[in-house]
Amino acid sequence: MRYLEDIQIGMRRELGSFTFTAESIKAFARQFDPQPFHLDEEAGRKSLFGGLAASGWHVASVCMKLLVADGQRAKAEAESRGEEPPVGGPSPGFRDLRWTRPVLAGDTLTYSSEVVSVRATATRPGWGILQSRNVAVNQRGEEVYSFLGSVFLPQRGDAA
Amino acid sequence: MTLTFEDFKPGHFGTFGPRHITRDEIIAYAKEYDPQPMHLDEVAASASMLKGLSGSGWHMCSLMMRMIYDGFLHKTASMGSPGVDQMRWLAPFRPGDDLTLDVEVVEARVSQSRPTLGIVKFKFSTRNAKGQTISEMITPIMIGVREPASGN
Repeated sequence: MRYLEDIQIGMRRELGSFTFTAESIKAFARQFDPQPFHLDEEAGRKSLFGGLAASGWHVASVCMKLLVADGQRAKAEAESRGEEPPVGGPSPGFRDLRWTRPVLAGDTLTYSSEVVSVRATATRPGWGILQSRNVAVNQRGEEVYSFLGSVFLPQRGDAA
Repeated sequence: MTLTFEDFKPGHFGTFGPRHITRDEIIAYAKEYDPQPMHLDEVAASASMLKGLSGSGWHMCSLMMRMIYDGFLHKTASMGSPGVDQMRWLAPFRPGDDLTLDVEVVEARVSQSRPTLGIVKFKFSTRNAKGQTISEMITPIMIGVREPASGN
């Protein structure tokens, strides 16, 4: 996590990849989204998706998993440079989430995150809001998922 | 009897739940998908902006999906969703919360390119037992049409 002042529009992080196996698709679906096309190959083939498809919330949850892991890597990198990275705040929400194409069993998604805006907040002194466009592409390079996320970041302010 | 596009008219559709939230499920989701201290550990969480252990916002999304499914989607001709217009995490959800889901139909139209497919835009909101709104989601769901219009 960084201070608000260290963030520039266009900064991009590669978050890594994740393969959606049939087993993991079904396990997530049984818990959170047990629609037939997320649980059963045949029902998936007959659906608009054309095969056993991951729940959109599974695709989104994996993105969060990779975002957190990337944040932990960035924190370790900062600490190895002798810096003391700040603790980030929570997120007020997101907009424009799109499940552009189905994610089918066996697909491997590669996720990335790019800063699109950064501003101070009037309501929380000492904090600002970072907006980023987070995207996943499949093994064919097709975009399958994206959303515009927001998160509170502390300002360095006069302390630095 | 399966609910189809025709069953979703603008206005209040229904209220579902309550769904009881346990500490164990908050931590289990966080360990797998969102291992930040405020979702894993009471001591670290008490120092965060959210002041106490709370569930991941993405866990909230996934729980809303399950409540939507249990509430009505399991008996609806659902064909999936293209995305979410907006999600607002307005307040943290906590171990022990009993969450209620309110469902409102914002608008309903038939797809121009596929007359067998309806697009219903919903506003889903969750609240806890104290009546505090936890989350609000605006999202379209594709729902099959019972009797496609012919001749156009």
